[in-house]
Amino acid sequence: MKTISSLLDDQWYQRYKKISKLNIRSSIYDVTNRCNLRCKGCFFFSSGEDKAAVEEMEVKKWEKFIGREKERGVNLAILIGGEPTLCFDRVEAFYKQLPTFCATNGLIKIPRDRFPDMMIGISLWGDEEDEKLLRGKDTFAISSKNYEGDPYTYYLYTINSKQIGKTERIIKNIRDVGLKVHMQLLSNDEGVDGFFWKPGELKDLRSEMDDMLDKYPDTLISSKYYHEIITTGKMLGRKFGWMECPSVSQPLDKRKPGPKRLIEFIRWASDLKTMHRCCTSETRNCSTCKDGAAHMSWVMVNKRAHIRTTKDLQNWIEIYEMFAKLYQFIPW
Amino acid sequence: MPVATDTKKIVIHVAQIVIDELKLEDITPETFDPDIDLIDEVGIDSMDLATVALVIQDKYGIKIDEDDYPKLTTVRFIAEYIERKLKLI
Repeated sequence: MKTISSLLDDQWYQRYKKISKLNIRSSIYDVTNRCNLRCKGCFFFSSGEDKAAVEEMEVKKWEKFIGREKERGVNLAILIGGEPTLCFDRVEAFYKQLPTFCATNGLIKIPRDRFPDMMIGISLWGDEEDEKLLRGKDTFAISSKNYEGDPYTYYLYTINSKQIGKTERIIKNIRDVGLKVHMQLLSNDEGVDGFFWKPGELKDLRSEMDDMLDKYPDTLISSKYYHEIITTGKMLGRKFGWMECPSVSQPLDKRKPGPKRLIEFIRWASDLKTMHRCCTSETRNCSTCKDGAAHMSWVMVNKRAHIRTTKDLQNWIEIYEMFAKLYQFIPW
Repeated sequence: MPVATDTKKIVIHVAQIVIDELKLEDITPETFDPDIDLIDEVGIDSMDLATVALVIQDKYGIKIDEDDYPKLTTVRFIAEYIERKLKLI
């Protein structure tokens, strides 16, 4: 039997021990069905999830619900939407009771006097040209002013096929405003014209992502193994898909055999009763899904499969550390 | 299979459950170090532990509180936990 310490030197073993007992239990919450943008390719609106449930408007009910979530063992609330900053009272209800991460498009500044250390992830869909095309405006021009130098904020840069060869400029811009960045890929199951991945592009992008990590290690929160997983959709010879996905709402998960999965994970709609199938939309094709968090989680829940070689286990540690940094379980 | 009721036998039985449920290779219940840290050395995670706990609950007819999971870090600790629970029945 291979043991952890037999595969790692002392430095790596200490890194492992810092994360081995974190026991992260996340769930995702649609804070609202409304948004101040209508982005082409947004899974929430294109799949009709904004109409899946009638939004709960009473903050007291949100507070009670969050209390129940805490009792259920959730120790990481991931707030998405719609646009959560349209409902600060609901965001605050989470922040007061649970470790909270808030995704936003960055157009509205989250007041730090109200949310001093809440981790914030700002969505960014490319350069000015792509942002205008997909989101109707250059959000970076606004969000970078709102959050310049904020120690608890990073960009969630969704890379599309047109961004190949252009990522460095964006990463440098983010570095220059004193923020960090995590990269993910546009799945484009929503079928936005001109944004489909062509053969060979993902391979090129992986190489570019690796180069960026080498050049900007203090700005990028990433790992080369993550780049491999997200661009190939494969882990240890297994292909990502419905029967492998770890991010299916647990009460709705009837898969047999059940794969390794996030314990007690649920993605809640904004009525606080409806559960969405998974962390992204039900209309998505799981075999081509490129959701970054789902792929990270896929690796994380398959720890023992990585207790095979030193390199495999180091890869697993790097991805777990990356996730733990992105959601503030360990410092940058 | 009748369940073991003395510590040594429970240790072997728990080791067998851990090996079976986690599909560990190149190890037998007799060679499994009962004091090896299951998280820091064997690499089990909370889902693995929940799976092992379910089997133990079923075999021994005891309830394992989820709040107790963090204490169950070795086969010996699990065996002692079972023993304590059995005495309360």
